[in-house]
Amino acid sequence: MFSLQLAGPITRFLAWSVDFATIMVVTSVLNTCFAILGIISVDLAYAIGIVTFFVISIGYGIFFEWYWQGQTLGKKLLRLRVMDEQALQLQFSQIVIRNLLRAVDSLPGLYLVGGLICLISKRAQRLGDFAANTIVVWNPRILEPDLDQILEGKYNSFRDYPHIEARLRQRVSPPEAQIALQALLRRDELEPNARVELFHDVASYFKNVVEFPQEATDGISDEQYVRNVVDALYRSKTNLT
Amino acid sequence: MIINLRKFINEERPHWSELETFLNKLEREPQYKLDLKQLERFHYLYQRASSDLSKLMTFSAEPHTRRYLESVVGRAYGEIHESREKPHRVAAFYWFFNTFPQTFRRHIRAFGISFTAMLIGFLLGGFIISVDPDSKYILMPFPHLQGDPSERVAHEESSDKDRIAGFKSAFSSQLMTHNTRVSIFTLALGVTWGIGTAMMLFYNGVLLGAVALDYILAGETQFLLGWLLPHGSIEIPAILLAGQAGLILAGALIGWGQKISLKMRLRKISSDLVTMIIGVALMLVWAGIIEAFFSQYHEPLLPYEIKIGFGVLELILLALFLGKSGTRKVEKQRAG
Repeated sequence: MFSLQLAGPITRFLAWSVDFATIMVVTSVLNTCFAILGIISVDLAYAIGIVTFFVISIGYGIFFEWYWQGQTLGKKLLRLRVMDEQALQLQFSQIVIRNLLRAVDSLPGLYLVGGLICLISKRAQRLGDFAANTIVVWNPRILEPDLDQILEGKYNSFRDYPHIEARLRQRVSPPEAQIALQALLRRDELEPNARVELFHDVASYFKNVVEFPQEATDGISDEQYVRNVVDALYRSKTNLT
Repeated sequence: MIINLRKFINEERPHWSELETFLNKLEREPQYKLDLKQLERFHYLYQRASSDLSKLMTFSAEPHTRRYLESVVGRAYGEIHESREKPHRVAAFYWFFNTFPQTFRRHIRAFGISFTAMLIGFLLGGFIISVDPDSKYILMPFPHLQGDPSERVAHEESSDKDRIAGFKSAFSSQLMTHNTRVSIFTLALGVTWGIGTAMMLFYNGVLLGAVALDYILAGETQFLLGWLLPHGSIEIPAILLAGQAGLILAGALIGWGQKISLKMRLRKISSDLVTMIIGVALMLVWAGIIEAFFSQYHEPLLPYEIKIGFGVLELILLALFLGKSGTRKVEKQRAG
């Protein structure tokens, strides 16, 4: 019914690096504050510093993943989220377990064990995720394509056939639509011959997906054909936004 | 088939937003309960959004809306199909006197294995020291344990200075945090099908056995008991409980005699693991305080009888707590 994109070990490592840096900054700032306590008791200042570092280093992930529903600062920045493996609600116990098992995942250093297991795991899980029944998903930011640059002011003969346009939208998959769009956006980067060849291939493909009447396609180049296809696929989206 | 995408999204978006508002409320306030009307509405919105998603799935040019809708439907699915109990408000007193000891007793076999692993290590450590006393230079992790026990006892009993004056709190904090890290590691090693956990327990047993036999053979049994019992009577059981938690995890991974799936087994024990490790951490905080502020003082300042008596009392209370606390609640639940 719905699918979610799994986060890979590299993205997760980057998110962890941000979190690690945050923990270091926060504890060093707090230790500077506690140093003032040293005026009263050096012993007490050290003791509070030790406990604070421990609590923050262990509790940071647990607290934020619970408070932000599966996200820490690093995960937020990299658009990652911890989720229950079966898309059920993330339980507090799952968050605690996946964070405590970092002790093994981080062995022998820099999350080597966790990273390797994440690479070979079907659902990109480290040991902590496996034990807690969690996954980490990536929600990529979908940038609005600059359609004005390629579509504005151009007459599209396909618009006269809304029912065929609708069929086209239904039959073309999102990756196929992206290929057509990217071909248009990057057309000026191509050598002239390669450009002609590419648009010929792309147009041929779309001609097989749905067939527009001859009067709609007569006299238009392959590139224009692809342009019309992209207009038909993306037009309603631009009108909306 | 959607003919007019713009119209479709414009019509459906208010329903998605309403569903999202429900979800935000439920996620922000776990105690919040929907009434029947709200539940019906929530369910209707979920079904509608699911249906919209399946229509959009075939639509090539709406990856953004599709992903948004996937996320909303995914969250709603989690709310509707979730059958596990939602977390209650933190009832620390109830948790400490009921949940924690009950969890310990529910997994008593894992504790037995944990205890056995450490006991075997203890016996081996003692045996090695009694056969080859020089091996303590390899076995003992701390330099102050590698010397002659009698010399140490004589030195500490004759010293009129407080050896840890000025850094007692820091020492106590170091002990607490170090031991808690070791306990977490022992639990986490359960993921190695319990092999790592058993090795940790065995290793700790070897160290303990070696130290104990070294002092006993040197005729310093009273000092040993007075030094170790006040904090050890809580600290050692805490490590055993951490081992127990690791073995619970291992048991779920192996799944001997259990007919449920691995995922279900792991789900079943997850809250027990958290209960155990929080209990262990609390025990280690107590042990850390006692070790820094009590265990390090010996005769003539503190008579050994008092220290040993205190340690034995702690051990008895701990055994009673873990063995008996919360049993009435369980009996009542069974009767009711």
